[in-house]
Order: sequence, then structure tokens, then C-alpha cells
Amino acid sequence: MLVVDGLVKRFGGFTAVNNVSFKVDQGEILGLIGPNGSGKSTIFNMLSGTFPPSAGSIRFAGTEIAGLPPHRIINSGIGRTFQIPRPFRRLSIFENVALAGYYGQGSHSRSKADEAAERALAMVGLPTDRTASVDGLGAAGLKKLELAKAIATGPKLLLADESLGGLDEAEMDQAAEMLRKIRTELGITIIWVEHIMGVLMRVVDRVMVLDHGEKISEGLPSAVSHDPRVIEVYLGTDAHATQATAAAAAAAGSDPARR
Amino acid sequence: MNKQLAWGVGLAALVALPFVYRDPYHLHILVLILIWSFAYTSWSMMGRFGLVSLGHGGFMGVGAYVTALLWNHLGVSPWIGIPAAMLCAGVLALIVAYPCFRFRITGHYFALVTLALSGIVLQIIIATRDYTGGSLGYTPERTKGSHIVALQFDDKVVWYLIALGIWAGGLAIWYWIDRSMSRYAMEAISEDEDAAAAAGVNVTAEKLRITVLSAVMTAMAGALYGQYQMFISPDTVSGIAVSLQMVFAAVVGGIYVALGPTVGAIITILLAEVLRIGFGTKAVGWDNLVYGVLLVLFIIFLPKGILGSLLAWLKSPSKHRDG
Repeated sequence: MLVVDGLVKRFGGFTAVNNVSFKVDQGEILGLIGPNGSGKSTIFNMLSGTFPPSAGSIRFAGTEIAGLPPHRIINSGIGRTFQIPRPFRRLSIFENVALAGYYGQGSHSRSKADEAAERALAMVGLPTDRTASVDGLGAAGLKKLELAKAIATGPKLLLADESLGGLDEAEMDQAAEMLRKIRTELGITIIWVEHIMGVLMRVVDRVMVLDHGEKISEGLPSAVSHDPRVIEVYLGTDAHATQATAAAAAAAGSDPARR
Repeated sequence: MNKQLAWGVGLAALVALPFVYRDPYHLHILVLILIWSFAYTSWSMMGRFGLVSLGHGGFMGVGAYVTALLWNHLGVSPWIGIPAAMLCAGVLALIVAYPCFRFRITGHYFALVTLALSGIVLQIIIATRDYTGGSLGYTPERTKGSHIVALQFDDKVVWYLIALGIWAGGLAIWYWIDRSMSRYAMEAISEDEDAAAAAGVNVTAEKLRITVLSAVMTAMAGALYGQYQMFISPDTVSGIAVSLQMVFAAVVGGIYVALGPTVGAIITILLAEVLRIGFGTKAVGWDNLVYGVLLVLFIIFLPKGILGSLLAWLKSPSKHRDG
């Protein structure tokens, strides 16, 4: 479905993403992890057209999309969320999502956009009334809104960027469950970027690990969490990640009871 | 339903007014208010979405001068000249705005680029003084044939009705946009362009559409002003002073509500007239000083504008009850 080949992004003299290749199959959830600054968000920004790659190709459903403007990429069937939710505060919750439903699906019909908005809001569990204000939403609510906006654009592939930062344990599990539901019920393929390895490892089919802009490991969650390079990267960078790795290992391998 | 009725009655009263009351000076002030209201409304089409243009004087100048030049030099009727002038303003807006939007020049930087635009139009008018009369101003030639073809009328009532129609048309366009998906898109863009793009909005195209619409409408206001006054000069329809006048008046009235720019026009024009007559020849220049100070006070203490603040204040008790 998505084939990325030799992707490079340089900002001046700094290479944020260096020769990364991967592919995503129809219907899978691919986890994308790595320490801060490892290039995860940069890859997302190139996939969604926020900025063009310095080199490399991105083929989506057989078509080259590298360097296209974002609205064309969104319209071709890729939806994205942002790491930090970016709601439009001057619009109501419903209008936020209806906007995405309208423009994300080629600006055809307002009633179709409203329907898409209603479905997306119901899916993530936000109120579908037309006037509810964004200001009433907490961190979890804003993440749901972010997800609803992305779903409303009618994506075949969803790029979910660190959607769990700032949530508590229960909310995290809920959110992970949500992604799984989006995949099974809507048939949307997902790439999920996340700091917190534990929850991610329980949901994804495959994992790809980045460090300093390069792919250092890829495979099944259980295999990747035991990969010495991955453990080294996480141990060597920050303590929080160390805990995450431990949790991931526990969740993915040695503690089947938690599944 | 009630609202529609109120609009209908209000509009009918405005249409009937000159047939009941025809003091020429007061009608003259009303025509000016209507034409400038339309211009300020046009400016606010962009301004309400954070696209602050300091170049609309330029569009007004293009509207007024292209129409008058076509009439005087080529004998082209304003009925064709005005659309041609609007087209010119639209093309000019595209030329200036496309690079800005494409390369994401926003906020203060966008305002500065547009500021240059009004300066450039002013300079062009002055530099081509052999054709435009330069800073001395320019007068469309009096028609010897049909008044309708020349769009020249001596009767103030006719002008009042024309200006009223155009003004109402401007409001209708405002409402049309307000209810369209474009408003959502523009609100989203004004808050966060990347997030709007991620929702599938073609950010550059949306901004261009609203900018060109605003410029074209402003050019129409300029052309109309020229036809009504039968005299245009760089000071009255182009240049930075006119651009700033548009910004001030729109901000004073309120740029986020449909009638805000109209209220701004009423207040600024009446204030200027009252001060001008009040001070008379006793203290030349003082009217402008008081005018300036009052504008600054309005902007500092009523950032939503007079009408915007008033509506917000009227709404606030019900908000408290809900919350």
C-alpha cells in the first residue's frame, strides 16, 4: 500500500532522516518508535506533504506522492494527526470535523461532510451536537478530536502521531483500543508513532525503530524489543525510555497475562 | 424568521428614505457612508480571517482610475469600464498575493508587502500624470449623451439607491461566505495553516480566493466613488492614507460582524464631518487630531469594534446562564 524508498530529509547541514526505506501492507498497524529527535515526526511530515523530502520516493497505492502539496496527499487517502493536538478553536467540535470531512474528501457535498463528521465523532466517542465548543475538551478529548478530524478525511492510511502523550494509564489503553477499532471497523491501515512503547507493542503488527534518522530495527514487536541495538538506544538515551522498553518487553513477551 | 423580517423592514425603510427626506447634504453624507461601508466590508472579508491588508487603497485606486481613464481616453462606458477595472484589481491581487501565500508570508510580513502595494499604485498614478492628472486629481468628462451609459447622474436620490444596492450586495456576499464551507476553511487557516492543510484544505487557493474577491469588491467601491464624486485624486482613492483609513474604520466598527464595517463607516464619517464643521475655520487641523485620538481610544478599549463589543455585551448574560 505504501512503499517508501531511500527517504532523506536535510535541514541545512543536519540530516534528520537518512536513507529510510520501509513498506506498509494493507490492513496492518505499523509502529514507529525511537527516541526524541530520531526523525519520526519528520517522516510523518514528508508522508503527509507538510514539507517535501530532500531525496527518495514515497509511493502510495501505486502513485508517487513525494513532494505533493498536503491537500492533494490528504485527498489521495492519507490522514494524519499531530503530536500536539491542533484544534481550530474558533470552530465548534462538529465544525472542526465537518471541515475535514468536506475538504478531505474533495469538497463535494456538504451533507456528505456532515455525515462523515457524525460518523467520525461517534467512532471516537465525542458529542455530535453542532455547537459544543472545543474549549470544553481536556487532553484526552483533544486527542479524540484530532483522530476524528483525521478519520473524517476518509483515509485509507492513517498516520497517528504520538497520540498518547499526556494521557493516564486508562486513557492510554482506551486510545490504543480505539486505533485497533479504527483498523478493524473502518479497514484503515495505520502507522502509529509513539514514545510509550508498552501500549504500542501490544497493538501493532510490526514495529520499526529509528535512531538519529536511521532505521535500526524492524520486525515483530517481540523480536524488536529484544533487539540489542534497540535496547542500547533506549538505555543510552533517557531513563524514561528505559522504563518504556522494560514495560514493552513485559507486555510483548514475558507477560502474556496482561494481553 | 424574525431576523429576516427585521432585515426586510430595515432595507425597505432605507429604500423609502430618499423619497420622504431629500436634504441634499444629508443624502450626500449617506451616499458616502454607503460607498465607504461597502469598501470597508470588502476589506473585512479578508481582515476577519487575519489577512490584514494595508494595500486596499491600491485596489480602490485601480478601480477609480481604470474606469475614469477608459472613459476619458477611449470612451468606454463605465458599464464595461468598471468590470474591466475590477478585473485589473483581481489580477493585481493575484500577482501580489500568490507569492505571499505560496511562500507563507503571513501576519506582519503580509501587511508590509501589501503596504508597499498601495504606495506603488500611488506612485504610478503620480508618475503617469500626463494621463492621470497626477496629484492634482482627475475628472471624468461630463457626458454629452446618455447619463445611463456614462453612469453619471445629477440626482442624489439615484446615487443613494445605487450605493444602497451595492452596499446590500456586499452584505449578501458577506452572509454567503459566512454560511459557506469557505468560512470554516479560512477560520482554520487563520489559526493554523498546517493543521488546515492536514484537513485537506488547499490553503493557498482558499486564501487567494478571498483576497481576490476582496480586491475586486474594493475596486468596485473605488469606481463607484469616482463616478459619484466626479473627481478622484491619489489622496482620496489610493495610497497608504486611504488604506489605513479602511483599516481603522473597519476595526472601529468591528471586523467580525457583518454590519461592523458599516457601523465603522457611519461613526468615522460622521465624526469627521461633525468635527470638521464644529471646529470650522477656528482651529484648522484640530479636527484631525481629535479624530485620531478618538480612533486610538476605540481601538484600545474596544478591540472587537463598537458593534462587535456591543453584540458580545448583549449576548453575555445568556452565556452566564448557560455556563
